[in-house]
Amino acid sequence: MAQRIVIDPVTRIEGHAKITVQLDDGGNVIDARFHVTEFRGFEKFCEGRPLGEMPGITARICGICPVSHLLASAKAGDEILAVEIPPAADKLRRLMNLAQIIQSHALSFFHLSSPDLLFGFDAPPAKRNVFGLIASDPDLARRGIRLRQFGQEIIELLGGKKIHPAWAVPGGVRSPLSEEGRKHIVERLPEAKQTALAALNLFKGLLGKFEAETQLFGNFPSLFMALVAPDGSWEHHGGKLRFVDSSGNIIADQIDASRYREFIGEAVEPSSYLKSPYYRPLGYPQGIYRVGPLARLNVCRRIGTPIADQELAEFKSHGTGAVTSSFLYHYARLIEIIAAIETIERMIDDPDLLSHRLRANAGINRLEGVGVSEAPRGTLLHHYEVDETGTIRKANLIVSTGQNNLAMNRTMSQIARHYIRGTGPVPEGMLNRLEAGIRAFDPCLSCSTHAAGQMPLHVQVLAPDGSVAQEITRG
Amino acid sequence: MAAKTLTIDGKQISAFEGATVLQAAEEAGIPIPTLCHLDGVYDIGACRICLVEVEGVAKLLPACTTRVREGMEVRTDTERLRNYRRMILELLFAERNHVCAVCVSNGHCELQTLAYEHGMDHVRYEYRFPKWDLDVTHRLYGMDHNRCILCNRCVRACWHIEGAGTKNVAGRGARAHIISDLNQPWGDSESCTSCGKCVDACPTGALFKKGATAGEMAHNRAKLEFIVTAREKKQWIASE
Repeated sequence: MAQRIVIDPVTRIEGHAKITVQLDDGGNVIDARFHVTEFRGFEKFCEGRPLGEMPGITARICGICPVSHLLASAKAGDEILAVEIPPAADKLRRLMNLAQIIQSHALSFFHLSSPDLLFGFDAPPAKRNVFGLIASDPDLARRGIRLRQFGQEIIELLGGKKIHPAWAVPGGVRSPLSEEGRKHIVERLPEAKQTALAALNLFKGLLGKFEAETQLFGNFPSLFMALVAPDGSWEHHGGKLRFVDSSGNIIADQIDASRYREFIGEAVEPSSYLKSPYYRPLGYPQGIYRVGPLARLNVCRRIGTPIADQELAEFKSHGTGAVTSSFLYHYARLIEIIAAIETIERMIDDPDLLSHRLRANAGINRLEGVGVSEAPRGTLLHHYEVDETGTIRKANLIVSTGQNNLAMNRTMSQIARHYIRGTGPVPEGMLNRLEAGIRAFDPCLSCSTHAAGQMPLHVQVLAPDGSVAQEITRG
Repeated sequence: MAAKTLTIDGKQISAFEGATVLQAAEEAGIPIPTLCHLDGVYDIGACRICLVEVEGVAKLLPACTTRVREGMEVRTDTERLRNYRRMILELLFAERNHVCAVCVSNGHCELQTLAYEHGMDHVRYEYRFPKWDLDVTHRLYGMDHNRCILCNRCVRACWHIEGAGTKNVAGRGARAHIISDLNQPWGDSESCTSCGKCVDACPTGALFKKGATAGEMAHNRAKLEFIVTAREKKQWIASE
C-alpha cells in the first residue's frame, strides 16, 4: 500500500530561511533582513525532564553539530553535580569536539561553499553545487568527503554512532577510546592533514579573485567573542570567555560562563524565531558581536600547534588587530581544521584516552549550572536551573547561530545595498550573493548537506508602502 | 497431574493440566509475543499482546491467562492476530509520550522491540500527548508516567516478590497511573524498601535508576525469576 510520510514543519533550524529587502521611493535599499521561520521549542519542552537526560535530548537539536549540544549540556550537568570530571573524560570530550570541528568545517567548505568559490557566484545554479564539484574536480570532492568522514569516524569510535551519540554525561563520559580506534585515527591523520592543507592553499590562491567579496560580505566593525585558554591561546572546550573589539583590543576577559548574563543580553525580533544576543554593556543593537571561527582566531593570541600558528599569523595580517570581513570565516574555518588535526596528532598517544576512569558520580549539589563549549559555528551556552530532585525547571540555550544573527542581518544589508539598485528585476547572481553572505557564517540553516546551492530561500523586495515589489522563491 | 493434549499452530503438543496456553507454547518452542507477562509473577492479561485464536471460540483469548483444555486448537500467528497486535502497539504508543530516541531504555525496551518485530513503522492513531509528571523524589529511582504502559509488572513484583505493597494503580481509564503508597511522592513512601525489583520488572523506561542517560537503562528481569525460584523451589539457579 502506498504510504505518505509528511514532515511538516521540518524541525531543523538549517534549511528554512527568508530574506526581505526594504526599498525606498527611489529604489534604494533601506534595510535587509534575514528571517528564520522555524520554531524548535527545546528550551520549553526540556522543562520537567531529569538532568541526566539533557545531553541526549539537546544533542537532537542538530544533526550536524549534536556533539556541541552534548558537550555544553554535559558541562552544565557537571556544574549542577558540582564535580570535577576525571582528566581522561575531559581529554576524550576534547577529542570528540575536535573531530566535530573537522567534520562540520569540512562540510561547510567542501560541500556547501566551495562551489561558489570555484565556479563563481554567477555560475549557473545547476553547476554551482556539490554535484558540480564532483563532476569538475572529483579528486577534491572525494578528499573533502573523506575529511568529513574522518571527523565523523572519530565521533563514532567514541560515542558508538556518528550522529546523536549520547556519550557525554553529567560527570564525564560513558566510554573510552579503544586501542583499535586509536590506531585507526593515527592511520588516517596524515591524509586528513594533507587534505586540510590543500584546501587552505586552494582558498588562499583564490583570495585575490574575491577582493570585492572580502570587502562587501559582512565587512564591518563588531565585537568578537570566543573561549580562550588562561594564557590567551585558542580554545574549543575549556577556558573562559573573552571579548575583543574590531581593533583587537581585549574589552572583557576570562569571564566564567556562569556570569554570561552580565555580558550577553538576548533581544527578540518579531521578524525571526532566532534570538538576537548582544553584548550587554553596549546595549541593543550596538552590542553586535560575532562568534565562530573568525571570532576564535580574532580573540586568541596563538593556537599552539606549528602549522596552525604560522597560518594564524598570516591570517591576522588581513586585519588591523582583528579580521573584520565575514567572508574570511571560510579562511578561519580552514585554519581551524588544521589546528584540530594537529591537536589530535599531539594528544592521540596519551594513555588517558584508553582509561576507564571516566565518570564522577554525584547527586544534585547545585541548583543552577552553565555549560559552555565552542561549537563549529561559535560559542554555545547551556544554562539549566533544576529543583532538589534534579528536574529541569528552566533551560536557556544561547546558540552560536543566534549570536551571529545581528551580524548576518548587517551582512544582508551590506550585500543588498551594493547589488540592488532600483525596483527592476534582481539578477540571480545577486540572490546567490545574499545566500553566500549567509553561508560564510555557516549557520545551522545551511547545515543540511542536500542544501548546497539550493538552500530553500525566499527573497522579497518590498516597496516603500510595504507591498511586495518582487519575490523570488527557490527550494 | 494429568496431561492435556492440544494443537498449537497445527503442532500436536501435551501440557500439564492447569498450564496456560502461553506456558504450553513456550514449552513447545512456539513463540507468542508478551508484554505484561513477567516470569516470576502471576499473569493478569492486561496488555492483550499475547491474544490467540481458539477454534470454536469467537473472541480472541490472552494466552497468558487461558488454561489448556483437551483437544484445544490454538492459532498464534494469523493475519488477524498480527493486525490486532500491531494495533495494540500503536495504541500504546499513541496513549502516552514515548520518545525512544532520548529514552533511558532505548535499545533495551520490550515495547520498542515488539514494535520493531511487528513492523510498526508509523502510528495510525492520533497521539494524545497527555501531560504527565515525573516522580524523581526517590533517592535511587525515578518514575516517568509518560513511558508507562500500565502493565502492572511493578505492582505485582512489589506485592508478590518483595511483599512491600508500595506500588499500586490509581485512577481509571486514561487517567489510570501507578502510585506509591497512598498516592504520595515515592521518596516519602514508608513501605518502599528501595529494593529496585519494580525497576527491574519494568518493560519500558518508565521506572529507571536515577542518573541513567539515554539508552543506559538495562533492566535485569531474570533476577526476579531467580529470586522466586530460589524462594519457592529452594533452587538457586543462576540465570542465563
